[in-house]
Amino acid sequence: MDLRFRDAAPTEEERAAVDALLGPPATAWEGGARTEADLRFAARSEPRRDLLLPALHAVNDRVGWISEGALDYICRRLTVPPAEAYGVASFYSLFSLKPRPARVLHVCTDLACRARGAEEVRRRVEAELGPAGLAWQASPCLGMCERAPAALALEAGDPPSFAEYSFADAPGNPGSAVPGVLAVRAEDQGESTAGRGRPGVPQAGQPGLVLLRRVGQVDPASLDDYRATGGYRALRRAFDLGPAGVIREVLDSGLVGRGGAAFPTGRKWDATARQPDHPHYLVCNADESEPGTFKDRVLMEGDPYALIEAMTIAAYATGCAKGYLYIRGEYPTAVRRLRHAIATARSRGFLGDDVMGHGFAFDIELRRGAGAYICGEETAIFNSIEGYRGEPRSKPPFPVEKGLFGKPTVVNNVETLVNVLPILERGARAYAAAEPKLFCVSGCVARPGVYELTFGATLRELLDMAVPTGRVRAVLLGGAAGAFVTDLDIPLTFEGTRDAGATLGSGVVLVIDDTVDLKGLLLRIAEFFRDESCGQCVPCRVGTVRQEEALHRLSRRVEDSDLVLLREVGQAMRDASICGLGQTAWNAIESAVDRLGVFK
Amino acid sequence: MGYDRLTHPLVREGGELRRASWEEALDRAAEGFRRNVARHGPDCFAMLSCARSTNEMNYVGQKFTRVVIGTNNVDSCNRTCHAPSVAGLSAVFGSGGGTSSYQEIEDTDVIVMWGSAARDAHPIFFHHVLKALHKGARMFAVDPRRTGTARWAHRWLGLNVGTDIPLAHAVAREIIHAGLHNEAFIERATVGFEEFRQSVEPWTLQAAEQVTGVPAAAVRELAHAYATADRAQLCWTLGITEHHNATDNVRALINLALLTGHVGRYGSGLSPLRGQNNVQGGGDMGAIPNRLPGFQDILDPGIRARFEAAWGVPIQPRHGLNLTQMLEAMAEGEVTTCYLIGENPVQSEADSLACIKRLSMLDHLVVQDIFLTKTAQMADVVLPAGAAWCESEGTFTNSERRVQRVRKALEPPGEARDDIWILCELARRLGHDWRYDSAEQVWDEVRSLSPAHAGMTYERLERLQGIQWPCPSEDSLEPPFLHGRLWESDPARRGAPAPFAVLRHSPPVDVVDEEYPLRLTTGRRLDSYNTGVQSSGFPSPLRRGETIEMCPEDAEKLGVVAGEEVRITSRRGSVIAPVFIDPALRPGLVFMTMHFPDEVDTNSLTIEATCPIAGTAEFKAAAVRVEKLVAVG
Amino acid sequence: MIPLQPPRRLVDVEIDGRAVRVPEGATILDACRAAGQDVPTLCHGDTLTPKNACRVCVVEVEGARTLAPACSRKAEPGMSVSTGSERARHSRKVVLELLASSADLSTTPRAAEWIEEYGARPDRFGEQAATVEQPAKVDNDLYVRDYAKCILCYKCVDACGDQWQNTFAIAVAGRGFDATISTEFDAPLTDSACVFCGNCVEVCPTGALSFKTEFDMRAEGTWDESRQTRTTTICSYCGVGCNLTLHVQDNKIVKVTSPHDNPVTHGNLCVKGRFGYGYV
Repeated sequence: MDLRFRDAAPTEEERAAVDALLGPPATAWEGGARTEADLRFAARSEPRRDLLLPALHAVNDRVGWISEGALDYICRRLTVPPAEAYGVASFYSLFSLKPRPARVLHVCTDLACRARGAEEVRRRVEAELGPAGLAWQASPCLGMCERAPAALALEAGDPPSFAEYSFADAPGNPGSAVPGVLAVRAEDQGESTAGRGRPGVPQAGQPGLVLLRRVGQVDPASLDDYRATGGYRALRRAFDLGPAGVIREVLDSGLVGRGGAAFPTGRKWDATARQPDHPHYLVCNADESEPGTFKDRVLMEGDPYALIEAMTIAAYATGCAKGYLYIRGEYPTAVRRLRHAIATARSRGFLGDDVMGHGFAFDIELRRGAGAYICGEETAIFNSIEGYRGEPRSKPPFPVEKGLFGKPTVVNNVETLVNVLPILERGARAYAAAEPKLFCVSGCVARPGVYELTFGATLRELLDMAVPTGRVRAVLLGGAAGAFVTDLDIPLTFEGTRDAGATLGSGVVLVIDDTVDLKGLLLRIAEFFRDESCGQCVPCRVGTVRQEEALHRLSRRVEDSDLVLLREVGQAMRDASICGLGQTAWNAIESAVDRLGVFK
Repeated sequence: MGYDRLTHPLVREGGELRRASWEEALDRAAEGFRRNVARHGPDCFAMLSCARSTNEMNYVGQKFTRVVIGTNNVDSCNRTCHAPSVAGLSAVFGSGGGTSSYQEIEDTDVIVMWGSAARDAHPIFFHHVLKALHKGARMFAVDPRRTGTARWAHRWLGLNVGTDIPLAHAVAREIIHAGLHNEAFIERATVGFEEFRQSVEPWTLQAAEQVTGVPAAAVRELAHAYATADRAQLCWTLGITEHHNATDNVRALINLALLTGHVGRYGSGLSPLRGQNNVQGGGDMGAIPNRLPGFQDILDPGIRARFEAAWGVPIQPRHGLNLTQMLEAMAEGEVTTCYLIGENPVQSEADSLACIKRLSMLDHLVVQDIFLTKTAQMADVVLPAGAAWCESEGTFTNSERRVQRVRKALEPPGEARDDIWILCELARRLGHDWRYDSAEQVWDEVRSLSPAHAGMTYERLERLQGIQWPCPSEDSLEPPFLHGRLWESDPARRGAPAPFAVLRHSPPVDVVDEEYPLRLTTGRRLDSYNTGVQSSGFPSPLRRGETIEMCPEDAEKLGVVAGEEVRITSRRGSVIAPVFIDPALRPGLVFMTMHFPDEVDTNSLTIEATCPIAGTAEFKAAAVRVEKLVAVG
Repeated sequence: MIPLQPPRRLVDVEIDGRAVRVPEGATILDACRAAGQDVPTLCHGDTLTPKNACRVCVVEVEGARTLAPACSRKAEPGMSVSTGSERARHSRKVVLELLASSADLSTTPRAAEWIEEYGARPDRFGEQAATVEQPAKVDNDLYVRDYAKCILCYKCVDACGDQWQNTFAIAVAGRGFDATISTEFDAPLTDSACVFCGNCVEVCPTGALSFKTEFDMRAEGTWDESRQTRTTTICSYCGVGCNLTLHVQDNKIVKVTSPHDNPVTHGNLCVKGRFGYGYV
C-alpha cells in the first residue's frame, strides 16, 4: 500500500515497545535501516491489521500514551493507514493520544459503586489529585462491584503494573480511605487484593457448588490443583464422544447463552460445525462490561483452567483450531492469571498441536480490550480483534456464517463455556436437572458477590443470602440494559424474568434501597449509554444524547412532553438501532419511569 | 497561476504578434501554406495534430493534410510517448491498440506493471488494478523507483534504467527453461520462436542480475508467476517507451505474452496506458504518417483507392514524415511550413533548445491552440481554438479503445473557435469547399471509411457509454479484447501468425561516467500534467514545483538538504532546482518531472536520442551531475 | 470466450402487499424500488457497500423483532415487508428529528421534504440540544469540510478507503456523539495522505463536503442550481478516458462529478479530472 506518513518519529522507548511485540522490522520499508537489497527488490508487506490493538497496548502500557511518532511506527510495521489507526486508537477509553502521567487512577462511578458512595470517593480523589483527565479519570463499571466503591490504578512501565482499590471497608464513610490508598505505589501491591483470600464468592467452599466449586478453594495458578479437583475430565469425555457427540450433549442439556441473549448454545455450535467454509474460529467473550456484572472475572481469576478446558471442548466440537479469548482491559488480574494458565496448559500439552495426545490442534490467543463496552457485542468483538473500530456489524450474516475474519465463528460468553464442563462430566440430563446460574449481587447488601443458584430460585431467596442493608426499593436485573423490578417473588429464570417484564441478562442483581438517589442512578445509566455508544447508527448515537438531555430536564422539572419524547426516542432506539446497545438503552429507564414512578 | 486563454487571433507583424481579425489571420495562414507548397511542393508542409482534440478534429486535420495539401506529413505528440507501443503492437498483431479492457484487469490473476507509475499517472485505471488486488490478483511492478504503484505490488523489481530488455529476456529464458511456455499457442499462433529462444539463451538469471540489478530470485519469481497464471495482464507506460530503443522494449514485452499465450483471451492481454486523452484516437483517425483513418495501411492500394474515391483526390502511396523526421527536415530546410494544432514541442520535446532552433528556421508557422504557449509565441499566425473536451462535440478514444462522446458544455472565450471550423475555413481558402454542420457529420464520414468504427453511431455511443473498437456492425458488439483469432483452430480464421522479435540489449545512449555520475529519469506527478500548461491552472495543494528528487544517501553524500537549490548539469544543458528527498530512489538515481518548464526546463537536460522505428526520445535516461551551489561573496 | 455470469435465481417477496420478484442478492431497497415504493435513504450510496448507519430507510419485516435497514438487508424468499407501517414511520420520523436537531441539513437534498412528510419536529429537543455545529474546515483551495453538516454516514471514509480510492486519508475517530471524520491526529488535509481526488465529495449526501467553488458561491449567495447545466464529457488529461459531468453556471464550470454507472470511473476521478479545469 502506498501509505503516507507524516514526519513524526518514534522515541527509542516507543520503538522498543512495538519491537518487543512484533520483533525487529524486516526491511527498510517497514521501518528498518535501508539496505542495498531493499532498494532493488521488495515484497509487499502484508497488512497485519489484527495486531493493531496489541501494538497500541504495547505503547500505551510502556509509555502511558500513544504519540504520533509511535502511531506512525506501528502503522509502518503493520501496514495500516495512520488515519485508520488513529480512528481505532481514539475509539478506546484506556488509550490516550495526549501525554499523561504514567500512573492513571480509574475511579468507578458506575451503578454498583454509585449505590455505595462512589460520588464521595470521586470528590475525595478530585481533591487529592486535581481535575479528572490526567492522573485520574472516572470509569464505567470496573467489575469490582462486590468491593464497591472501587478503583483501579494502571501504571505504564516495563513491565506495566496495576493496583486494585476497594473503599468498602469504611462503612458510612466510603471515601475516607482514599488518601492513604493512593499513597501505595502500584507495584508495591503486585498481586491483586482479590486473590485467594477474597474471591468475591460469599458461598465459597460450600458443598454442592458447580461452577464456583474451585473458586477460592484451589490455587488458580496450579494446573495440578485444577486436575486434582476434576480438571480435564470433561475434555477427556469430549474426546470419547467425538465432536458430534459433544454437540448432542450440549443440545440435550438445554444450555443457553449466559451473556444476555440466551441463545441455545448447542444450536450455535451445531450451525458453526456444519459450515463448509474454513477455518472456523472460537471467540470467548470475556469483555464483561455490563454495569454490575463481575461473574466472569471471578471465574477467570479463581478458576482460569476451567475456561481454557471449556474453550478447548468448544473448539473441538465446532472444528476450530484457533480461539481468541477477548478480555476487557480493566481486568489485569484475570489477564495475568489466564496468561499464566494458557502458557502452562500449552507447556503441558493441553493446548497446542496435539491436545492431550488426541491429535487435536488448538491454541488460544488472549486479546485485551481497551475500554469499550460495545466490544462485548458479538460482532463488535470481531472488529476489535481484527484491528478495526469496535463497531457492531449488521446481521445477517450471523457469526456462524461470517464472523471473525469473515469466517464461521462461534462466540460464547465465559459463564456459558464453563457450563459445558458439568454437562460433559455429569451428562446432559443430570446437568439439566439442577442447572446452575451465577448472579452478581451488588448494591445495598451486606454480602455482595457472585452467587450460584439452580434455576428456579426466586429473587427473594437470593436476596436473603445477600442480606439487604435497608428497605429494598427496587432491584435492577440485568444491568444497565436490564430493568428495575419491585416484585421479589419472581423466579430467577429466563421465562420468569421475561414474564415480569425484565431480563436475566448477564445476571446482574443490583439492590437499591431508600438511600440511593434513583434519579442520579438513571442519569448515570443514560450517561453510560451515551458514553459507550460507538456512534455508528443515528438512533443510538444521537438518541442516547437526547435521552440524557431529557433526563437532566426531568430531574429538574417534570414535563409530560419530555416523558413523551423519552418514550418516542426510546422506541426508535429499540426498533432501529443496529445492535443491542441502542436497542436496550431505554429499557432500564423505561422500567423506572413506569414501575418506580421516578418522574411522577 | 498558469496561462491565459487565447481569445482572438494573432499575426506577426514587424517581428511582434498583434491582434488580428479571423479574416486576416485565416487569410495569412492560408497564404503562407499556399506560398510554400507552390514553391517547394506539398511535402514541405507538416502538420502536428492534437492528441487532446477529438477524433473528428483529427480526422479533418489529417484529411486537410492529405487532401488540401496533398502530403502524408501528419503526426502528433503520440510520437513523444506511445508511438513505440503502436509500432510494436501493430508489427506483431497488425493493430496498434492495447489488447484488453479495464474490466479484464479486474478479472485477471497476475498483473505486471512494467515502467508504469499508474497510481499517480493513471489514477482511475489504477482503481481497476486495486479492485483486482482486493479480489486476490498478484501484482508485479518493474520500475527503477519504488513508486506508489510499486508499493501496492506484491513484488517490486527495481531494475537499472534502460535494462528492460535484459530483464524481459531473462524472464523469457526462465519460462522456457522451466518448461512453462505455452507450446500449443507458440506452435499455432506465432513464428520465430526458435530464433527467439536462441536469442534469450545467454540471459541467465545471474546475467540479468548483473545487468539489471534485480536479484535473480525475483526475476525467477516474476517469470513463474506470469507463466503459470491462468490470466495475466502486462501493462506499460512511458518507462518502456521513452527510450532510444523503445520499440524494441515493447517487442520484448510482447514476446513474453506470445511465449505464454497471454493475449487474445479474456483477462489476458497487453495494455499500454496512454498519456493523453486522445492519443489513441489521433492514431486511429489517421493523424499519423503511415496510416489512414481506421488505422488502415496507407501502402495498401485497395484501401487507398477507397479513400481516393471518397475524397476525390489521389493519396501519396508512401509514408509521410513522423515528428522526429519533421524536426530533422526543418533543420535540412525540407519542411518549410508547419501547422501545429494544440502541440507544444518547444517544451515537450527532448533537447528543447534544438527544437526552438529548428522551428525558427521555418518560413511559415501556424499554431492553433488554446494558450499562447512557448511554441505559439514563435508562430507567424496564432489561431485561438476551443478546448476540445468541453467546448466542442465529438469523440475521444481511450486506452482500452473505448470511443466515448465528448460534449460541449461551455462557449469558448472571446473569439476562440472550434478546431473543425478553423480547418474548414482554411480548406475553403485553399480551394476545398468543406462544410461540416456537426461533429456527427464528420463522424459518420469516419464510419463510412473505417470498418473498425462503422457500428458506432452517436446514438449507440450515448446509450452504451462508449464502445470499444473494433465495432464493424451497428447490430452487435465484439469481445472487449483483441486478437482472439490467434486461438482459432482454423488457420484461415487465425490469420497472420504473431512474430517473435529477436532483440539486442542497447543501454541508454547518455552514458553515466565520472563527470556525469547520476542517472536522471523523468516522469509525472499525480496533480500535474505534461508541460503544465493545463494543470497549472488549478491550485493543487499537492504541488510543490519542480525539484530534483534524490535518495537520502545521495543527498548526504552531496552535502545537500531538502529544499536546498542545486545545479543539475547534463552534457546538453544545466538547470537549478531545489532538492527533494525521496526514499523511493536509490543511490545514483535522481528524478525530475517536466511539469514546470517555465521555472525549470528539465528537457534542456534530456537527450534527443530517438527510437529509429517510432521516433520517441529517451526522456527516461540522461546522465547528470548535481552540484551544491556555492554562495558568492 | 467471455465468461458468462451464472444466471441469478429470482426471489419472490411482498412489498406493502404487492408481490415483487427480484434477483437473488437484491436488497429490500431494490425490491421497494421495483415495487415503485420510495424509501428515504441518506447513507446509502449507489457505488458503495451499504453501511446502513443512518437508519432512515428502516422498514418492518414481518416476524422480525426489530426494523430492518432496507438498503442492506437482502430480500429473502417469502419475506413480507411493510414500508409504511406505524413502527417504521415512527422510527423514520425520530431518526429525521435526531439528525436534523444535531446536524445542519440545509443542503441535504430532500431532507426538508422528508421532514414534512413524516411530521418530524427537530426543534422538540429544545435549544440546548447538543449539535455538531463547528466552523467549516477550509484548509485548501479545492474543497471544504463543513462538519456541522456531517451525519457520519461513513461514505467519504469508504470512498477514500478500500472501496475506491485506497488512499485512507480519513477515518472515523472518537466514539459516540463525539465521533468525527478525521485525518490522523486531526492534521489539516494538506498535511495528510489526501490526494485531493474529491471522491469523498462525490458521495457526500449532505453537502458537508463541497467544492470550494460551491462553498464560496453559496456563501455569497450566487449558487443557483436552477441556472446550471450538466454536460457529460471526457477528461482532457491522461488517456484513461474518465467521464466528467461538468456543472456549468454562467458559462463557468462550478463543479465536476462523474456518472456513477460509468464503466470507466464508477463515479471516481483524480485531482486533475475533478479540479484541473481552471484553464478553460
